[in-house]
Amino acid sequence: MSKIHVSTTVNGDAVEFLADPRDTLLDCLRDQLGLTGTKEGCGTGDCGACSVQLDGVLVCSCLVLGAEAEGKTVATVEGLSNGPDLHPLQRKFIEHAALQCGFCTPGILVAANALLTQNPDPTEVEVRYWLAGNLCRCTGYDKIIRAVMDAGAEMRGTH
Amino acid sequence: MPKDDLKTAYRLVGTRPNRPDGLDKVTGRARYGADISAPGMLHAAVVRSPHAHARIIRIDASKALALDGVKAVITRADFPTGLTGEDWNLQENTLAGDVALYDGHAVAAVAATSKLLAQDAARLVEVEYEVLPHVIDVDAAMQPDAPVIRAGTADHSVPEGMHPNVVKYIEFGHGDLEAGFAEADLVRAQSYKTEATHQGYIEPHACLGQMGADGKGEMWVCTQGQWYIRRMCSAVLGTEASQLRVTPSEIGGGFGGKTTIFMEPLALALSRKAGGRPVKLVMSRAEVLRATGPTASASMDVKMGMKVDGTITAASVNFRMQGGAFIGSSPVGEALSCALACYTVPAVFHQGYEVLANRPKAAAYRAPGSPMAAFAVESLLDEMCHELGLDPLAVRLKNAAREGAKASYGPTYNRIGLVETLEATMAHANLKVPLGPNQGRGAAAGFWFNHGGETSVSLAIGEDGTVTVSVGTPDVGGSRASLGMMTAETLGIAYESVRVNIVETGALGVNEPTHGSRATFASGLAAVEAAKQAIAQMCARAAAEWGIDAEAVEWLDGAAVPAGPNAGKFPPMSIAEIGAKMGSTGGPISGHHEVTAGGVGASFGAHVVDVEVDPETGRTTVLRYLVVQDAGRAIHPAYVEGQYQGGAVQGIGWALNEEYVYGADGRLQNAVFLDYRIPVASDLPMIDTVIVEVPNPGHPYGVRGVGETGITPPLPALANAIAAATGVRLRSLPMSPPKVLAAIKANARG
Repeated sequence: MSKIHVSTTVNGDAVEFLADPRDTLLDCLRDQLGLTGTKEGCGTGDCGACSVQLDGVLVCSCLVLGAEAEGKTVATVEGLSNGPDLHPLQRKFIEHAALQCGFCTPGILVAANALLTQNPDPTEVEVRYWLAGNLCRCTGYDKIIRAVMDAGAEMRGTH
Repeated sequence: MPKDDLKTAYRLVGTRPNRPDGLDKVTGRARYGADISAPGMLHAAVVRSPHAHARIIRIDASKALALDGVKAVITRADFPTGLTGEDWNLQENTLAGDVALYDGHAVAAVAATSKLLAQDAARLVEVEYEVLPHVIDVDAAMQPDAPVIRAGTADHSVPEGMHPNVVKYIEFGHGDLEAGFAEADLVRAQSYKTEATHQGYIEPHACLGQMGADGKGEMWVCTQGQWYIRRMCSAVLGTEASQLRVTPSEIGGGFGGKTTIFMEPLALALSRKAGGRPVKLVMSRAEVLRATGPTASASMDVKMGMKVDGTITAASVNFRMQGGAFIGSSPVGEALSCALACYTVPAVFHQGYEVLANRPKAAAYRAPGSPMAAFAVESLLDEMCHELGLDPLAVRLKNAAREGAKASYGPTYNRIGLVETLEATMAHANLKVPLGPNQGRGAAAGFWFNHGGETSVSLAIGEDGTVTVSVGTPDVGGSRASLGMMTAETLGIAYESVRVNIVETGALGVNEPTHGSRATFASGLAAVEAAKQAIAQMCARAAAEWGIDAEAVEWLDGAAVPAGPNAGKFPPMSIAEIGAKMGSTGGPISGHHEVTAGGVGASFGAHVVDVEVDPETGRTTVLRYLVVQDAGRAIHPAYVEGQYQGGAVQGIGWALNEEYVYGADGRLQNAVFLDYRIPVASDLPMIDTVIVEVPNPGHPYGVRGVGETGITPPLPALANAIAAATGVRLRSLPMSPPKVLAAIKANARG
């Protein structure tokens, strides 16, 4: 099967790759572009470990074909920090011990960033429902929710 | 850095520094099992049985091998024969021999130049099966008409006349049971069932293996124990353990499920057959659910006698557990030992049966066996307390095991903290919150032994006085932080001056996995001893330089100092100074400690949950949740809380929702996360925690180990809360909405 040439923008960089028509965006990010921060936990859109933003929309990259990224912009966990300066969410996750194994963390950070972008002051219930598509088996979510709320507060300047 | 416990004189222990691997894990840089590649790498895919029980008549891989880019296909014929015992079990589970024993059992594997090609080729491998009758349920598997899964598996412990699927029998106890029941004012007996659940780690199993024709190999793998991987793969492949070098990746959750092998030998065998090219093998979620983990399912009877004042006079348990089609895989022994471990009961008797069924080979899952046992015992205890009008927590305290008491499973307890745990629970503010309609409160206690095990740790002083610690226990939840803190505390240096590395099998003596809640306990103990060795050497170096006896030097705040005024007057010699000149003062300075760690301290916990049950749907909402547990000493309290919270939520999932659902054909029907539904953020409230600290005398900082106890109380605590909210007692898990609703309706009909 011949491959499809895809030109897209990932974390602000113009990139090109060849995708099998069956390759997911997740496969292409990980295997073609070496961006392994985005994880595969299920491959069926149930766990959220592969969360990325595609043209600003939060998606499971395992449910998007690589070829669909043509001409779009993709934002992954690797683009969350600004050089050595961590995003407030990243800092708060470390400070609150909001990760144990860390495997779900990239997807949760991407999803939480999408939440805070559109709702800078979410309630605990809003955070819990927004992240209901991101499975974490280690933490029981308690410290994750606290870290997201605290990052939101810092970004609003209410600390 | 706020200090949680001002009572102690510790500088670092009890504080909450950032974990050293935090930056890598929030930036996506941390490398897990599937995150690396190698030059010339092939990709593998596995052919799995679609039948619960089937004879393999023929495997024809010719169409797969005809595809361009397919480099190897392996079947059981590529593995050595003659293995026995657990090694045979491991080999048989890795790849079926004559008979596929469960839905998802691997029968062949393919390596090809791309992932998609490997998957295509796997579909082209033709397997002809003769479908055999199967059995899934543990009670059904013991019935006289149940299909025999493997005749001759049973060991000598099984009483005459039992079905061949019953492969092991255990009994133990003490005291006069009949007299104990005769002495009771109330004797009750009930039966309980729990369904199998999966560990549910979010990272699927993944490895990258390479092996040449000479039997030398390397493996990168997500595992809780690199030496277990090495030994098991070598046994299954008939190679020598020391020729295989296993490097653990970052691990995306394990909970016991990554203490064994499932598909790792396949990658090595494919590599060997493909001329030594590295082979990457990554499971899909469906493969994880069908063919790895899960825990056992259980059918249990409990009988208990109680006086009107709440004294438990006697108790007996009879448990049946299936752990798949392989002897020794169910945790029935642990379940029996944990069942009554929280209480001092004059007469106890335990009986347990292990039973084969056409299910995947069970693996350890957080406190293996203890949650099921707690569900049965703590549910009955709660029922009897209510029948006698007693406070269930006060009854637990009245009967609580204490230091010096003989445990239900044999040994005598050393210093334990169940009493302190129950007292802290009963004093908590959550218990004073008033409840509304359809709401109920439930409590339960739980236990895990904890574990020491084979441990080897090395520590080296750097040229600048900073310190590297090499440990063999993969970090599943912050142990690099706690190990670094204990090392820095002992050496009197900054936490940031210690780097803890999880090393490969060539770098240390054999280590058991991170299991049994042992990483912070056992690797911590060994790291502290290694640090003390290094301190002794550094004191000797200072003594030599000062021209005084080594005994006249002591270690204080990261420096050698004269021990008292008689030793002479010398300025402190810091670890940095000693490190800088160690080459000319006697050579490198390191510390090393290896031990099969004893001194284990059990960890007890108590949970209290408030629920609301919707009488129209049967759905249970968790309103508030409290975990109280004895940590011994919380080295890094945030990660101790994390273990409590995570364990509780896994238990909540087991109690309310998670189960393996099989069709009449014996196939697993819910092998995706949408249908095998683990708790999500919107299902839960915050999980309140109280860390009780009754230091373990067997550890230099009092550590007990905290990982496992927390999954034990939720099962009965939820059942007790639902009973309080609805008046309906559920004795089988999960207490899913349809089951709760049916029970409510049956109760209303009377």
